[in-house]
Amino acid sequence: MRLHLLALLAKEPAHGYELKLALEQTFGEAYPSPNIGQIYVTLKRLEEDGLVHSQDVEQATRPNKRVYELTPAGREALRAWVTEPSAGPRIRDEFFTKLILAPMAGLADRMELINSQRRHYLGIMRNLTGLTPSSTPARLLIEGAILHLQADLEWLERCQEELV
Amino acid sequence: MSTALLSTRGLTKVYRSEGVAVEAVRGVDIEVSSGEFVAIMGPSGSGKSTLLHMLGGLERATQGEIRLDGRRVDQLSTAAWAILRRRHIGFVFQFFNLLSNMTVADNVELPALLAGVPPRQARSRREELLGELGLAGKAGWAPARLSGGEQQRVALARALANEPSLLLADEPTGTLDSANTRDVLRLLQRAHDRGQAILLVTHDARVASRADRVLHLFDGMVADDAPVLRIPRPASGVRDVVELRG
Repeated sequence: MRLHLLALLAKEPAHGYELKLALEQTFGEAYPSPNIGQIYVTLKRLEEDGLVHSQDVEQATRPNKRVYELTPAGREALRAWVTEPSAGPRIRDEFFTKLILAPMAGLADRMELINSQRRHYLGIMRNLTGLTPSSTPARLLIEGAILHLQADLEWLERCQEELV
Repeated sequence: MSTALLSTRGLTKVYRSEGVAVEAVRGVDIEVSSGEFVAIMGPSGSGKSTLLHMLGGLERATQGEIRLDGRRVDQLSTAAWAILRRRHIGFVFQFFNLLSNMTVADNVELPALLAGVPPRQARSRREELLGELGLAGKAGWAPARLSGGEQQRVALARALANEPSLLLADEPTGTLDSANTRDVLRLLQRAHDRGQAILLVTHDARVASRADRVLHLFDGMVADDAPVLRIPRPASGVRDVVELRG
Protein backbone atom coordinates (compact mmCIF):
# COMPACT_ATOMS: atom_id res chain seq x y z
CA MET A 1 0.00 0.00 0.00
CA ARG A 2 2.98 2.33 0.65
CA LEU A 3 3.67 2.83 -3.02
CA HIS A 4 0.00 3.21 -3.94
CA LEU A 5 -0.18 6.13 -1.53
CA LEU A 6 3.06 7.64 -2.82
CA ALA A 7 1.71 7.41 -6.38
CA LEU A 8 -1.47 9.23 -5.42
CA LEU A 9 0.51 11.92 -3.57
CA ALA A 10 2.75 12.44 -6.61
CA LYS A 11 -0.28 13.95 -8.34
CA GLU A 12 -1.11 16.41 -5.54
CA PRO A 13 -0.87 16.71 -1.77
CA ALA A 14 -3.81 15.15 0.04
CA HIS A 15 -5.05 14.11 3.45
CA GLY A 16 -5.72 10.52 4.49
CA TYR A 17 -9.41 10.41 3.75
CA GLU A 18 -8.93 11.86 0.27
CA LEU A 19 -6.44 9.08 -0.45
CA LYS A 20 -8.95 6.45 0.63
CA LEU A 21 -11.60 7.96 -1.68
CA ALA A 22 -9.16 8.14 -4.59
CA LEU A 23 -8.31 4.43 -4.20
CA GLU A 24 -12.00 3.52 -4.08
CA GLN A 25 -12.88 5.59 -7.12
CA THR A 26 -10.02 4.18 -9.16
CA PHE A 27 -10.31 0.47 -8.43
CA GLY A 28 -13.99 0.12 -7.60
CA GLU A 29 -15.73 -2.37 -5.37
CA ALA A 30 -13.75 -5.25 -6.86
CA TYR A 31 -10.73 -4.15 -4.86
CA PRO A 32 -11.85 -2.64 -1.58
CA SER A 33 -9.46 0.04 -0.37
CA PRO A 34 -7.74 -0.34 3.01
CA ASN A 35 -9.53 1.06 6.04
CA ILE A 36 -8.75 4.59 7.11
CA GLY A 37 -6.74 3.41 10.12
CA GLN A 38 -4.35 1.45 7.92
CA ILE A 39 -3.93 4.48 5.69
CA TYR A 40 -3.00 6.76 8.62
CA VAL A 41 -0.55 4.20 10.01
CA THR A 42 1.10 3.82 6.60
CA LEU A 43 1.34 7.60 6.13
CA LYS A 44 2.96 7.93 9.56
CA ARG A 45 5.59 5.30 8.63
CA LEU A 46 6.20 6.94 5.26
CA GLU A 47 6.86 10.18 7.10
CA GLU A 48 9.26 8.48 9.54
CA ASP A 49 11.14 7.10 6.52
CA GLY A 50 11.36 10.58 5.01
CA LEU A 51 9.27 9.76 1.93
CA VAL A 52 6.46 12.20 2.74
CA HIS A 53 6.09 15.19 5.04
CA SER A 54 2.95 16.63 6.49
CA GLN A 55 1.55 19.82 7.91
CA ASP A 56 -1.60 20.76 9.72
CA VAL A 57 -4.00 22.87 7.76
CA GLU A 58 -6.46 24.92 9.72
CA GLN A 59 -10.11 24.57 8.89
CA ALA A 60 -12.71 27.10 9.89
CA THR A 61 -15.48 24.85 11.18
CA ARG A 62 -13.73 21.52 11.72
CA PRO A 63 -10.60 20.25 13.47
CA ASN A 64 -7.33 20.76 11.60
CA LYS A 65 -6.51 18.25 8.89
CA ARG A 66 -3.07 16.85 8.20
CA VAL A 67 -2.06 17.20 4.55
CA TYR A 68 0.69 14.95 3.17
CA GLU A 69 3.12 15.79 0.42
CA LEU A 70 5.78 13.77 -1.40
CA THR A 71 9.47 14.50 -0.55
CA PRO A 72 12.29 14.19 -3.13
CA ALA A 73 13.20 10.84 -1.53
CA GLY A 74 9.58 9.73 -1.91
CA ARG A 75 9.60 10.70 -5.57
CA GLU A 76 12.80 8.68 -6.05
CA ALA A 77 11.27 5.59 -4.36
CA LEU A 78 8.22 5.93 -6.58
CA ARG A 79 10.36 6.24 -9.71
CA ALA A 80 12.24 3.05 -8.81
CA TRP A 81 8.93 1.22 -8.25
CA VAL A 82 7.48 2.36 -11.58
CA THR A 83 10.53 1.50 -13.67
CA GLU A 84 11.43 -1.90 -12.25
CA PRO A 85 9.58 -4.92 -13.74
CA SER A 86 6.96 -6.45 -11.46
CA ALA A 87 7.17 -10.03 -10.25
CA GLY A 88 5.63 -12.66 -12.53
CA PRO A 89 2.44 -14.54 -11.70
CA ARG A 90 2.70 -16.55 -8.55
CA ILE A 91 1.88 -20.26 -8.52
CA ARG A 92 -0.83 -21.23 -6.08
CA ASP A 93 1.48 -23.62 -4.41
CA GLU A 94 -0.55 -23.98 -1.23
CA PHE A 95 -3.25 -26.01 -2.94
CA PHE A 96 -0.72 -27.87 -5.06
CA THR A 97 1.40 -28.97 -2.11
CA LYS A 98 -1.78 -30.07 -0.35
CA LEU A 99 -2.78 -32.04 -3.45
CA ILE A 100 0.58 -33.78 -3.61
CA LEU A 101 1.31 -34.33 0.07
CA ALA A 102 -2.06 -35.02 1.70
CA PRO A 103 -2.83 -38.22 -0.29
CA MET A 104 0.70 -39.50 0.39
CA ALA A 105 -0.10 -39.35 4.08
CA GLY A 106 -3.49 -40.98 3.52
CA LEU A 107 -5.21 -37.76 4.66
CA ALA A 108 -7.32 -37.11 1.58
CA ASP A 109 -8.36 -38.35 -1.81
CA ARG A 110 -7.02 -36.39 -4.78
CA MET A 111 -10.31 -36.41 -6.68
CA GLU A 112 -12.06 -35.01 -3.59
CA LEU A 113 -9.43 -32.29 -3.16
CA ILE A 114 -9.67 -31.27 -6.80
CA ASN A 115 -13.46 -31.25 -6.73
CA SER A 116 -13.64 -29.09 -3.64
CA GLN A 117 -11.03 -26.67 -4.98
CA ARG A 118 -12.95 -26.41 -8.28
CA ARG A 119 -16.17 -25.64 -6.40
CA HIS A 120 -14.33 -22.89 -4.54
CA TYR A 121 -12.96 -21.36 -7.78
CA LEU A 122 -16.39 -21.49 -9.42
CA GLY A 123 -17.83 -19.69 -6.40
CA ILE A 124 -15.23 -16.92 -6.73
CA MET A 125 -15.93 -16.80 -10.47
CA ARG A 126 -19.60 -16.31 -9.73
CA ASN A 127 -18.76 -13.39 -7.45
CA LEU A 128 -16.53 -11.84 -10.11
CA THR A 129 -18.97 -12.24 -13.01
CA GLY A 130 -21.68 -10.68 -10.83
CA LEU A 131 -19.74 -7.44 -10.24
CA THR A 132 -20.58 -4.29 -12.18
CA PRO A 133 -17.33 -2.38 -12.71
CA SER A 134 -17.53 1.34 -11.98
CA SER A 135 -14.60 2.37 -14.18
CA THR A 136 -12.25 1.06 -16.85
CA PRO A 137 -9.47 0.20 -14.36
CA ALA A 138 -12.03 -1.66 -12.22
CA ARG A 139 -13.29 -3.59 -15.26
CA LEU A 140 -9.76 -4.51 -16.35
CA LEU A 141 -8.93 -5.62 -12.83
CA ILE A 142 -11.96 -7.92 -12.79
CA GLU A 143 -11.10 -9.28 -16.25
CA GLY A 144 -7.55 -9.96 -15.07
CA ALA A 145 -8.82 -11.86 -12.05
CA ILE A 146 -11.17 -13.87 -14.28
CA LEU A 147 -8.33 -14.81 -16.63
CA HIS A 148 -6.17 -15.91 -13.70
CA LEU A 149 -9.02 -18.00 -12.38
CA GLN A 150 -9.58 -19.61 -15.78
CA ALA A 151 -5.91 -20.59 -15.86
CA ASP A 152 -6.21 -22.01 -12.32
CA LEU A 153 -9.20 -24.11 -13.38
CA GLU A 154 -7.38 -25.35 -16.46
CA TRP A 155 -4.41 -26.29 -14.37
CA LEU A 156 -6.72 -28.14 -11.97
CA GLU A 157 -8.00 -30.13 -14.93
CA ARG A 158 -4.42 -30.97 -15.94
CA CYS A 159 -3.69 -32.13 -12.38
CA GLN A 160 -6.82 -34.28 -12.49
CA GLU A 161 -5.84 -35.88 -15.79
CA GLU A 162 -2.32 -36.69 -14.68
CA LEU A 163 -2.67 -37.47 -10.99
CA VAL A 164 -6.04 -39.14 -10.51
CA MET B 1 -41.20 -42.13 -9.49
CA SER B 2 -39.07 -39.06 -9.97
CA THR B 3 -40.59 -35.69 -10.78
CA ALA B 4 -37.49 -34.44 -12.59
CA LEU B 5 -37.94 -32.78 -15.96
CA LEU B 6 -35.06 -34.83 -17.32
CA SER B 7 -33.42 -37.87 -15.79
CA THR B 8 -31.07 -40.61 -16.88
CA ARG B 9 -30.14 -43.93 -15.39
CA GLY B 10 -27.02 -45.86 -16.33
CA LEU B 11 -26.70 -43.93 -19.57
CA THR B 12 -23.88 -45.39 -21.65
CA LYS B 13 -22.44 -44.84 -25.09
CA VAL B 14 -19.97 -47.21 -26.66
CA TYR B 15 -18.40 -46.41 -30.02
CA ARG B 16 -16.95 -49.24 -32.05
CA SER B 17 -14.27 -48.58 -34.57
CA GLU B 18 -12.53 -51.46 -36.33
CA GLY B 19 -13.59 -53.93 -33.68
CA VAL B 20 -12.32 -51.79 -30.77
CA ALA B 21 -14.95 -50.63 -28.27
CA VAL B 22 -14.50 -47.13 -26.80
CA GLU B 23 -16.74 -46.18 -23.88
CA ALA B 24 -17.44 -42.45 -24.26
CA VAL B 25 -20.12 -42.27 -21.56
CA ARG B 26 -20.17 -44.81 -18.75
CA GLY B 27 -23.27 -45.21 -16.66
CA VAL B 28 -24.35 -41.62 -16.09
CA ASP B 29 -27.23 -40.86 -13.70
CA ILE B 30 -28.37 -37.25 -13.77
CA GLU B 31 -31.47 -35.26 -12.96
CA VAL B 32 -32.50 -31.81 -14.10
CA SER B 33 -35.49 -30.16 -12.44
CA SER B 34 -37.94 -27.93 -14.18
CA GLY B 35 -36.49 -24.42 -14.48
CA GLU B 36 -33.03 -25.46 -13.31
CA PHE B 37 -29.81 -24.20 -14.97
CA VAL B 38 -27.14 -26.92 -15.00
CA ALA B 39 -23.68 -26.70 -16.56
CA ILE B 40 -21.61 -29.72 -17.59
CA MET B 41 -17.85 -29.26 -17.48
CA GLY B 42 -14.94 -31.65 -17.97
CA PRO B 43 -11.81 -32.13 -20.05
CA SER B 44 -11.92 -32.79 -23.79
CA GLY B 45 -12.90 -36.38 -24.42
CA SER B 46 -14.68 -36.73 -21.07
CA GLY B 47 -17.97 -37.47 -22.86
CA LYS B 48 -19.74 -34.11 -22.37
CA SER B 49 -20.93 -33.60 -25.94
CA THR B 50 -21.82 -37.26 -26.44
CA LEU B 51 -23.98 -37.08 -23.31
CA LEU B 52 -25.73 -33.93 -24.49
CA HIS B 53 -26.32 -35.37 -27.95
CA MET B 54 -27.93 -38.47 -26.44
CA LEU B 55 -30.19 -36.26 -24.30
CA GLY B 56 -31.30 -34.39 -27.40
CA GLY B 57 -31.84 -37.59 -29.40
CA LEU B 58 -29.06 -36.70 -31.81
CA GLU B 59 -27.20 -39.88 -30.88
CA ARG B 60 -28.63 -43.16 -29.68
CA ALA B 61 -27.63 -44.51 -26.26
CA THR B 62 -25.97 -47.93 -26.18
CA GLN B 63 -27.50 -48.65 -22.79
CA GLY B 64 -29.50 -46.98 -20.06
CA GLU B 65 -32.61 -44.85 -19.78
CA ILE B 66 -33.55 -41.27 -20.58
CA ARG B 67 -36.79 -39.87 -19.20
CA LEU B 68 -38.37 -36.57 -20.11
CA ASP B 69 -41.20 -35.55 -17.79
CA GLY B 70 -41.15 -39.10 -16.43
CA ARG B 71 -41.63 -40.71 -19.83
CA ARG B 72 -39.03 -43.05 -21.40
CA VAL B 73 -37.68 -41.47 -24.59
CA ASP B 74 -34.45 -43.37 -25.27
CA GLN B 75 -36.20 -45.97 -27.41
CA LEU B 76 -37.99 -43.45 -29.65
CA SER B 77 -37.57 -43.58 -33.41
CA THR B 78 -35.68 -40.84 -35.21
CA ALA B 79 -38.97 -39.35 -36.39
CA ALA B 80 -40.45 -39.37 -32.89
CA TRP B 81 -37.32 -37.64 -31.56
CA ALA B 82 -37.66 -34.96 -34.23
CA ILE B 83 -41.18 -34.23 -33.02
CA LEU B 84 -40.04 -34.18 -29.39
CA ARG B 85 -37.28 -31.69 -30.24
CA ARG B 86 -39.72 -29.46 -32.06
CA ARG B 87 -42.05 -29.24 -29.08
CA HIS B 88 -40.04 -29.78 -25.91
CA ILE B 89 -36.30 -29.47 -26.49
CA GLY B 90 -34.35 -26.57 -27.98
CA PHE B 91 -30.78 -27.27 -29.12
CA VAL B 92 -27.93 -24.76 -29.57
CA PHE B 93 -24.63 -25.81 -31.16
CA GLN B 94 -21.13 -24.37 -30.95
CA PHE B 95 -21.11 -23.59 -34.67
CA PHE B 96 -24.67 -22.22 -34.81
CA ASN B 97 -25.87 -24.64 -37.57
CA LEU B 98 -28.15 -22.06 -39.16
CA LEU B 99 -29.64 -22.89 -42.54
CA SER B 100 -27.47 -20.85 -44.89
CA ASN B 101 -29.92 -20.63 -47.79
CA MET B 102 -32.69 -19.12 -45.64
CA THR B 103 -33.00 -15.68 -44.11
CA VAL B 104 -32.53 -15.01 -40.41
CA ALA B 105 -36.31 -14.61 -40.06
CA ASP B 106 -37.04 -17.94 -41.77
CA ASN B 107 -34.46 -19.72 -39.61
CA VAL B 108 -36.30 -18.58 -36.50
CA GLU B 109 -39.81 -19.19 -37.87
CA LEU B 110 -39.17 -22.64 -39.28
CA PRO B 111 -39.35 -24.64 -36.02
CA ALA B 112 -42.72 -23.09 -35.15
CA LEU B 113 -44.11 -23.79 -38.63
CA LEU B 114 -42.85 -27.38 -38.47
CA ALA B 115 -44.59 -27.75 -35.13
CA GLY B 116 -47.86 -26.71 -36.73
CA VAL B 117 -48.07 -23.18 -35.31
CA PRO B 118 -50.21 -20.92 -37.57
CA PRO B 119 -47.95 -18.75 -39.82
CA ARG B 120 -49.19 -15.46 -38.38
CA GLN B 121 -48.42 -16.57 -34.84
CA ALA B 122 -45.00 -17.95 -35.87
CA ARG B 123 -44.22 -14.61 -37.44
CA SER B 124 -45.18 -12.53 -34.46
CA ARG B 125 -43.19 -14.81 -32.15
CA ARG B 126 -40.19 -14.47 -34.47
CA GLU B 127 -40.49 -10.66 -34.47
CA GLU B 128 -40.67 -10.64 -30.69
CA LEU B 129 -37.60 -12.90 -30.31
CA LEU B 130 -35.44 -11.07 -32.84
CA GLY B 131 -36.44 -7.75 -31.29
CA GLU B 132 -35.44 -8.98 -27.87
CA LEU B 133 -32.05 -10.09 -29.23
CA GLY B 134 -31.46 -6.77 -30.99
CA LEU B 135 -31.63 -8.33 -34.45
CA ALA B 136 -34.96 -6.99 -35.75
CA GLY B 137 -33.15 -4.93 -38.41
CA LYS B 138 -31.40 -7.99 -39.83
CA ALA B 139 -34.40 -10.29 -40.23
CA GLY B 140 -34.07 -10.38 -44.03
CA TRP B 141 -30.34 -11.05 -44.03
CA ALA B 142 -28.58 -14.31 -44.90
CA PRO B 143 -26.91 -15.82 -41.78
CA ALA B 144 -23.47 -15.64 -43.41
CA ARG B 145 -23.61 -11.82 -43.34
CA LEU B 146 -23.88 -11.83 -39.55
CA SER B 147 -20.99 -11.93 -37.07
CA GLY B 148 -20.43 -15.08 -35.02
CA GLY B 149 -22.06 -13.51 -31.98
CA GLU B 150 -25.12 -12.48 -33.99
CA GLN B 151 -25.43 -15.93 -35.56
CA GLN B 152 -25.38 -17.49 -32.09
CA ARG B 153 -28.12 -15.10 -30.96
CA VAL B 154 -30.21 -16.19 -33.97
CA ALA B 155 -29.54 -19.84 -33.08
CA LEU B 156 -30.77 -19.10 -29.54
CA ALA B 157 -33.91 -17.43 -30.91
CA ARG B 158 -34.53 -20.49 -33.08
CA ALA B 159 -34.05 -22.85 -30.14
CA LEU B 160 -36.46 -20.81 -28.01
CA ALA B 161 -39.06 -20.29 -30.75
CA ASN B 162 -41.34 -23.07 -29.51
CA GLU B 163 -40.82 -22.25 -25.84
CA PRO B 164 -39.32 -25.67 -25.08
CA SER B 165 -39.28 -26.84 -21.47
CA LEU B 166 -35.60 -27.77 -21.88
CA LEU B 167 -32.81 -25.94 -23.66
CA LEU B 168 -29.70 -28.00 -24.48
CA ALA B 169 -26.59 -26.04 -25.48
CA ASP B 170 -23.26 -27.48 -26.61
CA GLU B 171 -20.41 -24.96 -26.05
CA PRO B 172 -22.61 -22.03 -27.11
CA THR B 173 -19.83 -19.51 -26.44
CA GLY B 174 -16.96 -21.71 -27.66
CA THR B 175 -16.09 -19.52 -30.64
CA LEU B 176 -17.17 -16.13 -29.28
CA ASP B 177 -15.10 -13.24 -27.92
CA SER B 178 -15.75 -12.00 -24.41
CA ALA B 179 -18.25 -9.26 -25.35
CA ASN B 180 -20.37 -11.75 -27.34
CA THR B 181 -19.99 -14.34 -24.58
CA ARG B 182 -21.44 -11.79 -22.15
CA ASP B 183 -24.38 -11.17 -24.53
CA VAL B 184 -25.18 -14.86 -24.93
CA LEU B 185 -24.85 -15.31 -21.17
CA ARG B 186 -27.28 -12.46 -20.56
CA LEU B 187 -29.81 -14.08 -22.94
CA LEU B 188 -29.45 -17.47 -21.26
CA GLN B 189 -29.91 -15.78 -17.89
CA ARG B 190 -33.08 -14.10 -19.13
CA ALA B 191 -34.47 -17.42 -20.41
CA HIS B 192 -33.57 -18.99 -17.07
CA ASP B 193 -35.32 -16.16 -15.19
CA ARG B 194 -38.45 -16.94 -17.19
CA GLY B 195 -38.36 -20.51 -15.89
CA GLN B 196 -36.56 -22.19 -18.78
CA ALA B 197 -34.55 -25.30 -17.80
CA ILE B 198 -31.07 -25.14 -19.33
CA LEU B 199 -28.48 -27.89 -19.63
CA LEU B 200 -25.29 -26.56 -21.09
CA VAL B 201 -21.91 -28.07 -21.92
CA THR B 202 -19.06 -25.59 -21.56
CA HIS B 203 -15.32 -25.18 -21.09
CA ASP B 204 -15.86 -21.60 -20.01
CA ALA B 205 -15.91 -21.17 -16.24
CA ARG B 206 -17.52 -17.70 -16.62
CA VAL B 207 -20.51 -19.41 -18.22
CA ALA B 208 -20.57 -22.37 -15.81
CA SER B 209 -20.36 -20.06 -12.78
CA ARG B 210 -23.77 -18.58 -13.66
CA ALA B 211 -25.48 -22.00 -13.43
CA ASP B 212 -27.36 -23.27 -10.37
CA ARG B 213 -25.33 -26.45 -10.42
CA VAL B 214 -22.22 -27.80 -12.14
CA LEU B 215 -21.67 -31.42 -13.12
CA HIS B 216 -18.07 -32.38 -13.76
CA LEU B 217 -17.56 -35.26 -16.16
CA PHE B 218 -14.33 -37.22 -16.09
CA ASP B 219 -13.60 -40.28 -18.17
CA GLY B 220 -17.26 -40.68 -19.15
CA MET B 221 -18.54 -40.58 -15.57
CA VAL B 222 -19.89 -37.90 -13.25
CA ALA B 223 -16.96 -37.02 -10.98
CA ASP B 224 -18.66 -34.12 -9.20
CA ASP B 225 -22.14 -32.66 -8.93
CA ALA B 226 -22.51 -29.55 -6.78
CA PRO B 227 -24.36 -26.24 -6.61
CA VAL B 228 -22.39 -23.09 -7.41
CA LEU B 229 -22.18 -21.09 -4.20
CA ARG B 230 -21.05 -17.54 -3.84
CA ILE B 231 -18.09 -17.36 -1.52
CA PRO B 232 -19.75 -15.85 1.55
CA ARG B 233 -16.83 -13.67 2.55
CA PRO B 234 -17.76 -9.99 2.75
CA ALA B 235 -16.36 -7.80 -0.02
CA SER B 236 -14.92 -10.81 -1.79
CA GLY B 237 -13.67 -9.78 -5.19
CA VAL B 238 -10.52 -9.81 -7.24
CA ARG B 239 -8.50 -9.90 -4.04
CA ASP B 240 -9.22 -13.61 -3.78
CA VAL B 241 -7.37 -14.08 -7.04
CA VAL B 242 -4.92 -11.28 -7.71
CA GLU B 243 -2.75 -9.26 -5.44
CA LEU B 244 -1.81 -5.68 -6.15
CA ARG B 245 1.74 -5.16 -4.99
CA GLY B 246 3.36 -2.02 -3.72
